[in-house]
Amino acid sequence: MTSLPVDWLEKDRRKLRVDASAFSDKVYEALTAACALVVPALVIAIALSIFAAAWPAFAKLGLSIITTSNWDVSGGHFGAAPALFGTLVSSTVALIIATPLAIGVAIFLSEFSPSWLRQPVGFLVDLLAAIPSVVYGLWGIFVLIPLLRQHVMPFLRDTLHLGATPFFSGPAYGPSMLAAGVILAIMALPYISAVSREVLMAVPRSQREAALALGATRWEMIRDAVIPYARSGIIGGIMLGLGRALGETMAVTMVIGNRLEISASLLSPGYTMASLIANEFSEATNDLHLSALMAVGAILFIITLIVNAVARWLVWSVARRRAQ
Amino acid sequence: MRALKLAALMLLAVACAKEGANNSGTASSTAASASSGGSVDLTGAGATFPYPLYSKWFSVYASKTGVKINYQSIGSGGGIRQLSEGTVDFGASDSPMSDEEMSKAKGGPILHIPTVLGAVVITYNVPGLTVPLNLTGKAIADIFSGRITKWSDTRVTSLNPGVKLPATDILVVHRSDGSGTSYIFTDYLTNAVPAWATSVGKGKEVKWPVGLGAKGNEGVAGQVQQTPGAIGYVELAYAKQNNLPSAAVENKAGKRVLPSVASATAAAAGAAQALPANTDYRISIVNAPGADSYPISSFTWILVYRHQTDAAKGKKLIDFLNWALTEGEAEASSLDYAPLPSSMASSVKARLTTIDLSGAK
Repeated sequence: MTSLPVDWLEKDRRKLRVDASAFSDKVYEALTAACALVVPALVIAIALSIFAAAWPAFAKLGLSIITTSNWDVSGGHFGAAPALFGTLVSSTVALIIATPLAIGVAIFLSEFSPSWLRQPVGFLVDLLAAIPSVVYGLWGIFVLIPLLRQHVMPFLRDTLHLGATPFFSGPAYGPSMLAAGVILAIMALPYISAVSREVLMAVPRSQREAALALGATRWEMIRDAVIPYARSGIIGGIMLGLGRALGETMAVTMVIGNRLEISASLLSPGYTMASLIANEFSEATNDLHLSALMAVGAILFIITLIVNAVARWLVWSVARRRAQ
Repeated sequence: MRALKLAALMLLAVACAKEGANNSGTASSTAASASSGGSVDLTGAGATFPYPLYSKWFSVYASKTGVKINYQSIGSGGGIRQLSEGTVDFGASDSPMSDEEMSKAKGGPILHIPTVLGAVVITYNVPGLTVPLNLTGKAIADIFSGRITKWSDTRVTSLNPGVKLPATDILVVHRSDGSGTSYIFTDYLTNAVPAWATSVGKGKEVKWPVGLGAKGNEGVAGQVQQTPGAIGYVELAYAKQNNLPSAAVENKAGKRVLPSVASATAAAAGAAQALPANTDYRISIVNAPGADSYPISSFTWILVYRHQTDAAKGKKLIDFLNWALTEGEAEASSLDYAPLPSSMASSVKARLTTIDLSGAK
């Protein structure tokens, strides 16, 4: 520790202030730098340990982990293609349902809502993010699945004749890719909506007034002046929601039916990578089985990295287009 | 400033020392009444299925002797891994360890101590059916491999004369998570039906030919109860406590037996007759002989090292296991676990004497 000069009272007070603030600045800088370095170090450590644990499976099975669909623990086959497929499909279904709904909520709250309604509705939508996923899963089993099985699935398949397409064919048991997609949509919705609402509110007033001054209707103003301005932020919100959907485990496991099979029909059961790990990890004693589950985790990790990279690229390219 | 820091440190040290002295004081006073002091004496980890019973045992045992046992119900696989690494004093598992797993254990040979029995119940949702469904191993295997797809199939109706079964589709529900329940169920089908042994086999997770996967007993039971025409399998204790419909299954003697605490114990008694004297109890008792034996029954085991490295801990462990196999067994049936037949309990207790404390520090 550096000792302060004894005769500091007689010396230049201003210099002391500069010294003291320079010292506290340094401490502050070091603290924040430590925080900033710990997080990337943690991500790298997690990635390294997952890949190290997954290595025996990659070395033995190669890419057959994601290209084949025979997952048979006692036979030593670990093909997780159906889980990869299920992760991508359930998340896509979730985004297809959640995105319009979430952006609709955000536009209403930022553009149309009377101010007394804005707070409570916004609060309730945000609250969706605070519900534990196991509660979503229970709600899924006892409310959503019976509703889907008795009303929604027959309606889609028979009343709308979508059963003629491969996407809604086959028997409707309830637990299905569709059920997983709907649960994930509800879970991803608050993320997309909260981010979209904030960026829409941040659009400058002048932008709106300029559009209205040119004779735009309210709808044209939102479509042509507000949304393009907020587009990169909204895409960021969607990607955040997608990240939530890709990694969600508990609620999906409880409603997806856990069947390792690739089926085009959204009414048939499926599996996701996160569910596969959650289901099998605690009872896995065989080394290759454990390593294969780690490999599934590593692949999930890579997928989320790709999603984040794509999101960055989209946000960046949208921002650049606007700048031109 | 430095002086201030020093003073603060000294104060802290004094406070800690005082705290420590207080703690050891209270600890020694409790130790006077109980056989030992300390916070936790033994740690264990493993199977979730016997956890409700084990946690009752541990609390009763702690109040009687003061020996505290901390058990984490992380699953049989986790229990075997932790025992093999030597991070716990005992493990617990619903399926016996394989020779390969035994050879990897860092502490040497492992003893399998059967504690209680579990049974797997076939539960179903057949609207209008009021009497228990009758099934054979062959019929169960055909249903769970998709060869029988309708309740009105003659291979089911011929087992249930006088009962009208609907012509609806059967929905098979199995466990999605790795579990001892699946192991016992597939072990039974492997033992009773040759075709199942070659097509699916046994394991905590197998490649199911048909059906939906649900997580946990509650997931399977929930799915079965919600879906007319569904069939699934759950633990006996879970089925009893939730009053689930249970099928009577034909045993080796050709009798149809309903799952119960008594019929599971009978299966162990039936299997015991054929046991060699030097058995290591790594045995399957599915499809056991005996007229009253329920065929889908199994032991659950506590796993301990034969060579204990800590004499005090080893002694406590042996004492607890002796208590569990005597007084503990009496508590089992009130929680819907089947106790060991009494003759078997005493031969298992004799086996506890082979635990070796001589190499211990």
